[in-house]
Amino acid sequence: MTDKKEIRCTLSVLVDNEPGVLARVIGLFSGRGYNIESLTVAEIDDLDSISRISIVTCGTPMVIEQIKAQLRRLVPVHDIDDLSDKSFHVERELALVKIANTGSSRIEALRIAQSFRAHTIDSTLDSFVFEITGNSSKLAAFISLMRAIGEVEIARSGVCAMSRGKISNLKQREDML
Amino acid sequence: MEGNTETKLKLNGADAILKVLDEQGVEVIFGYPGGAVLPIYDALFKSNSIKHILVRHEQAAVHAAEGYARSTGKVGVVLVTSGPGATNAVTGLTDALMDSVPIVCLSGQVPTHLIGNDAFQEADTTGITRPCTKHNYLVKDVQKLCSTLHEAFHVARTGRPGPVVIDLPKDIQLSECEYVSRQDRHGRRYKPSTDPDKNKIIQVAKLLVNAKKPIIYGGGGLINSGPEASKLLKELVHITGIPTTLTLMGLGAFPCDDKLFLGMLGMHGTYEANLSMYNCDVMLNIGARFDDRITGNLKEFSPNSKKIHIDIDPSSINKSVAVEIPIVSDATFAMQELIKELKKLKFERAENRIGVWLKQIDEWRGRKCLNFTQQGSVIKPQYAIKRLYEKTKDIETYITTEVGQHQMWAAQYYGFSKPNRWMTSGGLGTMGYGFPSAMGVQVAHPGKLVIDIAGEASFLMNMQELSTVAQYKLPVKVFIINNQWMGMVRQWQQLIHGGRYSESYTESLPDFKALAEAFGLVGLRAESVDQLDGVIDQMISSKSAVVCDVQVSKDENCFPMIPSGAAHYDMLLSSEDKQKNSVSQDGMVLV
Repeated sequence: MTDKKEIRCTLSVLVDNEPGVLARVIGLFSGRGYNIESLTVAEIDDLDSISRISIVTCGTPMVIEQIKAQLRRLVPVHDIDDLSDKSFHVERELALVKIANTGSSRIEALRIAQSFRAHTIDSTLDSFVFEITGNSSKLAAFISLMRAIGEVEIARSGVCAMSRGKISNLKQREDML
Repeated sequence: MEGNTETKLKLNGADAILKVLDEQGVEVIFGYPGGAVLPIYDALFKSNSIKHILVRHEQAAVHAAEGYARSTGKVGVVLVTSGPGATNAVTGLTDALMDSVPIVCLSGQVPTHLIGNDAFQEADTTGITRPCTKHNYLVKDVQKLCSTLHEAFHVARTGRPGPVVIDLPKDIQLSECEYVSRQDRHGRRYKPSTDPDKNKIIQVAKLLVNAKKPIIYGGGGLINSGPEASKLLKELVHITGIPTTLTLMGLGAFPCDDKLFLGMLGMHGTYEANLSMYNCDVMLNIGARFDDRITGNLKEFSPNSKKIHIDIDPSSINKSVAVEIPIVSDATFAMQELIKELKKLKFERAENRIGVWLKQIDEWRGRKCLNFTQQGSVIKPQYAIKRLYEKTKDIETYITTEVGQHQMWAAQYYGFSKPNRWMTSGGLGTMGYGFPSAMGVQVAHPGKLVIDIAGEASFLMNMQELSTVAQYKLPVKVFIINNQWMGMVRQWQQLIHGGRYSESYTESLPDFKALAEAFGLVGLRAESVDQLDGVIDQMISSKSAVVCDVQVSKDENCFPMIPSGAAHYDMLLSSEDKQKNSVSQDGMVLV
């Protein structure tokens, strides 16, 4: 508990999709000085208006516990899953990487993209746009390679995550209905 | 049920709002009208069931509602207009959030089609109040109006209570909706857990009776949990014989004259309470939150104790102090279970079990850290409050305070034995809280004695409410400890900033007696010690609101004091008590 070492943590938060809910979550992080490394949000259930927010944050174990407790206090928050608690969880992120170059580096870019299993989704005579999914470190590696061989422009989605195995939020979902 | 006929009831928004308030048991609203709430005021004009108190500033409306809520345990209700009405309420809302006071604040808003247009008296109220409320709503669909209002009351009063804002666009107040009755189940939203984990309670019971140096440290959660919690605390303390201290917010939860009461703890707490906290081996925290005023230097906070923390708010547990046994529960339920478990156990009487510890505490008590000597004719502030206490202790009295030295002296020298009798701004430390809060208390308890122990500087911050107390004939007493300084600021400048008294002297004070008289109220003044008792008697017996200007010695400081950044054993007991080390650089930055 008193461990001072910072850990990285992925939280999956189920919230009511109502106006201001994202502002509440972000305001909590900025107001209390917590870190946000990545944040994604989208509605996952239009019938019940539920959204999932995936947050990657870091802090000491005590701070992480605080973040979870503070999130739980928000009225529109239904459930928080600390995915780092679970022995197994999957994380994916999507990036669009535009690279502008010519000649041999252009061929090299295509070759690297193939080995990373990135898709080419746009091409001009002097540029490509690649779509790549994977965990954040895979994306980082790909982007740094691209940077080395051309001028790049990047859009990243932020991390989407969930636990493996059985449906973990079912109980709470039933309570909600 | 009979809901079928009821759901068909159609009302316009404003009437529906009042019907919800009525159904939620609201007796009084503190408010101030304006363009964006005119339909609600129109509905109020036609309604007889709810009383409205017209304040003179929206901040005062929230503080009055806080006073009402804290002295009754009910939800306080505020009604303000859009824009400036809502922004003026922000200080009060933040105060209520910090001190966990159940408030529902209705604010007017420009009509929905104008939102975001920089319309006249438009402010992003939900945006502004998001961090200073427990929750807030903007009602954009009139069909959701009633259920939103009901939910707002549910959120304000359950779990750890707090302020809730409902922003009501003017067109919503004028459109027709189907009325929805109060439901006690709010479906899927907001269900805080209030029952303790039984296994942990068993552990706690064993820990308490086997401790050699135990202490109970109680806070505002005991008050919020209801009067039953104070009864249970008394029982718990008497079964176990464990000495008990209370935070500023908890005063009144345990009788001040009980032998096992150590007084308030913390920055201006007693010597015995703070040393007991430092030296204890088991600490049971019930409804307090290890606030920085309590812990002082965290690294040296009660280093050798096993800590148990009972709190209804999981985010209060393990926030600044790591505890061995965290228990998320309402104080009342946790103590009920704990007492049940303790009764199953066999343990020796306190004298045998923890006799050495009690003797040690008596030694610390022997320092008589709150002693002072009243010499000469100049009134000492401590003496003024002590006399006030002695003259009012046999009458049912409600005390509110402003913020500063007088507040700490009130906490130290006025004795409380019942919950809900003490209303002070603890977390936010809002100067100007006490007077409007006293109005709210008086509205809730007509005929009872309500005294705002004030400082002259704090009183100046909300003295416009003299007009309100005059209008409603609220016999609130303002007992000003007037030393002509922002005393606590001056004290810190003296102790920490080399006696450079930057902007802490209150120039051009009014003649408080004449000020009261200007509003048709009673003004009194005590300039020397021989006048004090007479003035207090006059104040108590007056049927009118009274402003009592007690002119006290100007250079008195508030002791004991744990200087910022210091540990519990590093207390200053008097001005002569030179600090061993001057305040460290780390301490300087702390407030």
